Amino acid sequence: MSDPTLDKLPGGFKGMSEDIGSDQTTFKGVNWGKAMMWIFLLSDTFVFSCFLVAYMKVRASVTEPWPYPSEVFGLEVFGVPVPLLLIAIMTFVLITSSGTMALAVKYGYEKNRKMCGLFVLLTAIGGLTFVGMQAFEWSKLIFHDGVRPWGNPFGAEQFGAFFFMITGFHGTHVSIGVIFLFIFARKVYRGDFDTGRRGYFTTMKSDYVAIEILGLYWHFVDLVWVFIFAFFYLW
Amino acid sequence: MTDTKKKEETSTHKIGIYLWIWGLLFVLSFFSYMVDWYNFQGLLRWSLILFFMFLKAGLIMAFFMHLFWERYALVNVLLWPMTAIACFVGLMVAEGKYTVFSRLFYFFVGG
Repeated sequence: MSDPTLDKLPGGFKGMSEDIGSDQTTFKGVNWGKAMMWIFLLSDTFVFSCFLVAYMKVRASVTEPWPYPSEVFGLEVFGVPVPLLLIAIMTFVLITSSGTMALAVKYGYEKNRKMCGLFVLLTAIGGLTFVGMQAFEWSKLIFHDGVRPWGNPFGAEQFGAFFFMITGFHGTHVSIGVIFLFIFARKVYRGDFDTGRRGYFTTMKSDYVAIEILGLYWHFVDLVWVFIFAFFYLW
Repeated sequence: MTDTKKKEETSTHKIGIYLWIWGLLFVLSFFSYMVDWYNFQGLLRWSLILFFMFLKAGLIMAFFMHLFWERYALVNVLLWPMTAIACFVGLMVAEGKYTVFSRLFYFFVGG
């Protein structure tokens, strides 16, 4: 956030070279936890990129036709087949939860305990809904359609392996996020960030910046879904 | 005490900007879903998919993750490594073409 002391520093690339050459903290005005979360997210970006690039390479080089996602992930509503219905709803649920998280971060800055807690809780519920729908999607593909990592009735055998790996890894991220969102909703409501109560793994005082760090993680999960939605479901 | 006082002075962004970005993300997701709904194919399909994808990703990173308001030291550290991924994608496109060529050649022409 815009810290008044930072406004005196030069911005842009000049500011960047001065920050790096200052022989002090490089990321000025950035909480160390936030910087570490960014570094973690950067490494996580590479992990997800490797999965998606591997998927691209395999999909480009199979000789059998790739299963058509529009039909594989379609649902029948009152006998009418709707392509990608569940996936579209999941996308909107995740974007909604990302929006509520952004508001939670905003209220966190303002030290508005009740609103911040409410929006963290709403985000957690949104994430839980997403994981629930993903469980439904997986069970439909596994038990109803017979998709396996080594084969499926729709086309190229590699489809299942990539589907379970990529969406599974993303779903794991969402699940971990949901657990932390519930924990932090409790911490916010209890007033940990107002009283500066110490956490269980650290002797440092709690601060609302934790909500921003959690928000970064949650937005990243949404960001990854944007890429999975484009490359795996729409392509 | 001075520390908390300084934090209270920290300005926050108006709620409007978040709601706008939120709404835009909804609209863009709807558009990318429409790409599938109207069953666009070929160049139009993947250029539209990529366009909406990068726009959504950019909005999330810039405003929801606050990169737009961060100093360049952090922004550049985060964004430049992405060019390595772009190189990797380029390499794997070439590799994929070679693999599919070899497969077709040996499956149908024989070794």
